[in-house]
Amino acid sequence: MKNRKYLVASLLLALAVGGCATDEAAKTTGGESGAAPAQTAPADSGAASGTALSDRERQRRAELLAQKRVHFAFDSSTIDDEARAIIEAHSAHLVANPQLKVTLEGNCDERGTREYNLALGERRAQAVERMMKVLGVAGSRIKTVSYGEEKPLCQEHDESCWRQNRRAEIGY
Amino acid sequence: MRLVAKGIALLGMALWPVFAHAVLTIEITRGVDIGTPIAVVPFGWEGATPPPQNISDVIGADLARSGRFAVLPRKDFISLPHEDKDVVFKDWRILKAEALVIGSVRLAAPGKYQVQFRLYDVFKGSQIAGFRYTVGADMLRSVAHQISDIIYEKITGEPGAFNTRIAYVTREAPAGVKPVYKLQVADSDGYSPQTVVRSPESLMSPAWSPDGKRLAYVSFEDRRSKVYIQNMTDGRRSMIAEFTGINGAPAWSPDGRSLALTLSRDGNAEIYVMQLDTRVLRRLTRDPAIDTEAAWSPDGRDIVFTSDRAGTPQIYRMSASGGTAERLTFEGDYNARASYAADGKSITFISRSQGGFRVAVLRLDNRTAQVLTETSLDESPSFAPNGRMIIYATEVRGRGVLASVSADGRVRQLFKLEEGDVREPAWSPYNRELQYKE
Repeated sequence: MKNRKYLVASLLLALAVGGCATDEAAKTTGGESGAAPAQTAPADSGAASGTALSDRERQRRAELLAQKRVHFAFDSSTIDDEARAIIEAHSAHLVANPQLKVTLEGNCDERGTREYNLALGERRAQAVERMMKVLGVAGSRIKTVSYGEEKPLCQEHDESCWRQNRRAEIGY
Repeated sequence: MRLVAKGIALLGMALWPVFAHAVLTIEITRGVDIGTPIAVVPFGWEGATPPPQNISDVIGADLARSGRFAVLPRKDFISLPHEDKDVVFKDWRILKAEALVIGSVRLAAPGKYQVQFRLYDVFKGSQIAGFRYTVGADMLRSVAHQISDIIYEKITGEPGAFNTRIAYVTREAPAGVKPVYKLQVADSDGYSPQTVVRSPESLMSPAWSPDGKRLAYVSFEDRRSKVYIQNMTDGRRSMIAEFTGINGAPAWSPDGRSLALTLSRDGNAEIYVMQLDTRVLRRLTRDPAIDTEAAWSPDGRDIVFTSDRAGTPQIYRMSASGGTAERLTFEGDYNARASYAADGKSITFISRSQGGFRVAVLRLDNRTAQVLTETSLDESPSFAPNGRMIIYATEVRGRGVLASVSADGRVRQLFKLEEGDVREPAWSPYNRELQYKE
């Protein structure tokens, strides 16, 4: 259960980050089409921790929130460090903005079979969902859907393209 | 000799609104000119205008495509007989033809054509088969395929599968236009395509009912996977599964009464069987891994499926009532989407081999596996109903195409669309409703 170890670590990190999040969430979040989260990132009041986020930290969080895709290795739903940081940022944002609901779309590259990929895409979306729940996002606010290999972002038949397609999309 | 006096096999298809269709063209990529040398003489015709279909051309193309015949070039023919009395066997022995096909088409009544043919053993100088059919113009190609089936069976000793159809999904996405997906059905030679379902979102996993009258498939038209059944006789569609989570991998039981499905309604991809008349679901697998891509054995006793319970996707077999599963594949880190040959003795599936995803066959008696292709993005293999060919999807120069390979790997062909991608092929069961034949 190596997953558990990093989930605990993620949780601690998220609490640290999330603790800084303001309750005065930006209310300007878009609907289905989703305004860029970077623009709706909560302004930091510094209330919770008593210390203001540094400009550098704020910028780092905005950058993470601007990323709405996390990527996976072939035939894997394991969340790597890069993906974890993105999911943590979105989880903190969701915790701070309780009116938001999130849709997680799991996708695969074209290799392998379509039906197996449909199940694998779901597993990827569920991996992100599980982490968000651990980080305090209520399950009732999360919807998962799998498109398998049916919605590639990129149509070339090579690894750089396949990597882009093996993804979970975080949508508000 | 009166077999079955029905000609309604393809009639149901005519109920569909017919869209402009690109026909699949077939290119034989390996295995030309092997097999029994056969001469197919252009059929006689006494009309002022050409007949609606060139029967002998259809037969010649069928036989050539099978890889079991070397169809001799017509320019070498010394005589062009249409009647039994005109056949001179010496003319065909010189060409080293082992078999000879002659025939004729005539207008029997307005809109009705009488087709007759004879098949000869050139060495023995004797007739092997001969039949006469009377049909409408729309059934002439079907008659030609039936004649090909008879020739195939008489010469090879195995049933032919020319008078069958294939279902497949096309994706057309011209630049700047939203893609259109179509579930189509065409004759086994790619002709007469009909659109069964049209959608702006992806369609996949078409599965023929055992009677060949219904297609189960997965549609993303509601922006998530749902399973439907399209009845091709009356044009009606029914929604079968729209549970929470994924709804996919439909597979008919051999009696046509149940559908195996992959659902994640209980949180994880598992295999269920739905009894179609009551819609009652029975869950067959209980494993935290992915369990999907069920396929029934022809006797209905077993189900093969894909599971990654051992860490990578592999093929397993269990009783159709569930229970313990036996792992069937051990070579490589990816074996998936198995389906049975009609005799139940082997399965075809996708196997990752030397980095590519390729069509493989596993013999169930001695558990030997053979990889049949050299392409790298193969998907969705299924056997022809006679077990001789496997049709699958692959990618050639960036385009999705269908391909078929003989079960021994010797003969290959490609089915291409002029534009767009084609994928998800499924070979129909035998068409049991033959034309009037005497």
